[in-house]
Amino acid sequence: MAEVVLKNLSKSYGQDVGIADVSMTIPDGAFVVLLGPTGAGKTTTLRLISGLEKADGGEIWIGGRNVGGETPAQRDVAMVFQQYSLYPHLTVRDNLAFPLKSPILRTPADEIARKVAEVAGILQIAHKLDNKATELSGGEMQRVSIGRALVRDPSIYLMDEPLSSLDAKLRTDLRVELKRIHASLGATLLYVTHDQIEAMTMATQVGVLNEGRLVQYGTPRDIYENPNSLYVASRLGLPRINIVPADLFGGAPAGATHLGMRPEHIQQGEGQEAEVQRVEHLGDQARLHLILNGHAITTIADPHTTYTPGAHIRIAPKNPLCFDAQGARIF
Amino acid sequence: MAQIVIKSIRKDFGSFNAVKESSFTIEDGEFFMLLGPSGCGKTTTLRMIAGLELPTSGEIYLDGEEISQLPPSKRDIAFVFQMFALYPHLNVRRNLSYPLVSQGMARRDVKAKVEEVAQILGITGILNRPVGGLSGGDRQRVALGRAIVREPKAFMMDEPLGALDAEFREHMSEELRALHDRMGATTVYVTHDQLEAMQMGDKIVVMNNAVVEQFGTPQQIYDKPATMFVADFIGSPSMNFLRFDGSLADGAESVSLNGQTMHVPRQMQGASGKLVFGVRPEHVTLSDSGDYRGEVLASEYLGTTQIITLDTPNGELKARIDSTRVATVGEQVGLSFNPRTVTLFDAGSGQALRSELNDEVLAHG
Repeated sequence: MAEVVLKNLSKSYGQDVGIADVSMTIPDGAFVVLLGPTGAGKTTTLRLISGLEKADGGEIWIGGRNVGGETPAQRDVAMVFQQYSLYPHLTVRDNLAFPLKSPILRTPADEIARKVAEVAGILQIAHKLDNKATELSGGEMQRVSIGRALVRDPSIYLMDEPLSSLDAKLRTDLRVELKRIHASLGATLLYVTHDQIEAMTMATQVGVLNEGRLVQYGTPRDIYENPNSLYVASRLGLPRINIVPADLFGGAPAGATHLGMRPEHIQQGEGQEAEVQRVEHLGDQARLHLILNGHAITTIADPHTTYTPGAHIRIAPKNPLCFDAQGARIF
Repeated sequence: MAQIVIKSIRKDFGSFNAVKESSFTIEDGEFFMLLGPSGCGKTTTLRMIAGLELPTSGEIYLDGEEISQLPPSKRDIAFVFQMFALYPHLNVRRNLSYPLVSQGMARRDVKAKVEEVAQILGITGILNRPVGGLSGGDRQRVALGRAIVREPKAFMMDEPLGALDAEFREHMSEELRALHDRMGATTVYVTHDQLEAMQMGDKIVVMNNAVVEQFGTPQQIYDKPATMFVADFIGSPSMNFLRFDGSLADGAESVSLNGQTMHVPRQMQGASGKLVFGVRPEHVTLSDSGDYRGEVLASEYLGTTQIITLDTPNGELKARIDSTRVATVGEQVGLSFNPRTVTLFDAGSGQALRSELNDEVLAHG
């Protein structure tokens, strides 16, 4: 495994910016998640590192080596795609062994068998090794395609939304599994997703991308508790952070035009009077959708709350985040 | 608008039984969810209400009238599909007008009605645009509009948000629910997404393997699951199942887990053999002391809360706790469970044991 460093990396497609001036260090052994909506430049970053695309400017260093002139094979990276593509005519065993049989690697047969057995064990598909790839469920197929990356010992694993085509239950299981694999192999991972839960739960560091730019890079806790902009604050947290005019609760803090209040950071029973529009009982909590002077605000209440639409409730912000007119965080 | 009563409805496709005798009532104006994994029979049930499939046996009443054998056109029900099909060569206005024109409505009335619906959906500005260039959300709104213009008695929706990405789905589900609150039309909505069902539904029917497992309000189903399937399917992470061998008498108020006494709601039936102690992750508390202990396997940060995965003498367990509590992998911790929220199950049948917690809900089936 190796450290990967991006220096002022840029890539455009005609008029469209893929990524612009991205610099970041992925430390050896880190699990870095790039988070952003469609078109933010996540996949472009992966493709540049893997060598599937050529950068317009900037440098990529893998394990202390500038890989700008190298082919994808020479870069020694392993990629897992969103759409698992297995060889349908091969068994799971042969699918897993395939990358090791590459003429560049020239792996001895007993080493291949050992490696395949080890990875099958980690991914809990040992009992399916002799099945055809087409005889697997969706979750098993995706595990095999992750396994096909894991049999190798590359500098870095690059994963492009590998869980997004799976159903919710399986996604939850594989999230925990990927974290366990990361910890037990000490692997370096760069993982791309638009799913904030994946980013928060798995990452050692999260990079938030917006229109091709890396706007914040830090631990999940850092990004959640200390977002540096309105944009980053709205990327994490469910339900989403409430953004309201700074003077909604009287006396705007100096320089602030907007307040950001996470739903769980709203004091009930004091402050301004809001009206309940809708109550959602989600089992472990209830969500109150409120309206205050024309602004929609969502907050959390006890799951058995007796509020009903039309009720009035006083609310006040608790440690709100303050932003200026440009959307930058002031305090 | 309309009340829909489903009575012992059943559907067979050849020798395959898609829906077993199911009964439930959808009240006038309700937003009603049919929830379950793929293949559970929820879409077949919806299609039978709409008339796209005829039931093998059983009855369906729409406002008191038995409609189970009527063709769809005689039922006055509108259907919104997962893959919304719009006429690609027509503009938005003509897509919306089509159902009315084909009913023979006068042109002036069609125009007024289309304008009114466009207003409700906030798509007045795009009425003259071709549907080809529209965003996913606008296409969805047009598809909805085409269902609404006819003013049917009820709406059937088959995962209408299934094809959208997560963020947009959240937005559209709020919009759809707000639209329902304004119009008050009886809506039956099929989904496999439990959060969507909890968020949008007034009532939920949970189906599995062609059978209705439970029917009730979201909070009832969450707090008082009738079966292990429901307890597992609803909630994220789902209910923990601690498995144990034991026997308990009618009236018991505690069980023994690995030699430790755990309080439970007063039981109203006896049971013995392989049993399951069901507790939701947010009702698990970690402490330094405590005689029932577990080892921390993993923690997942979620902002204000975190999910801790633990190994216990009775199997793996997840706890949702405040994220300020530091839990290190490998750490041994004491565990306690909020006794009033516990549901016991019979492991063999998967059925919940009756207790003072769930008696009222289970009695209603």
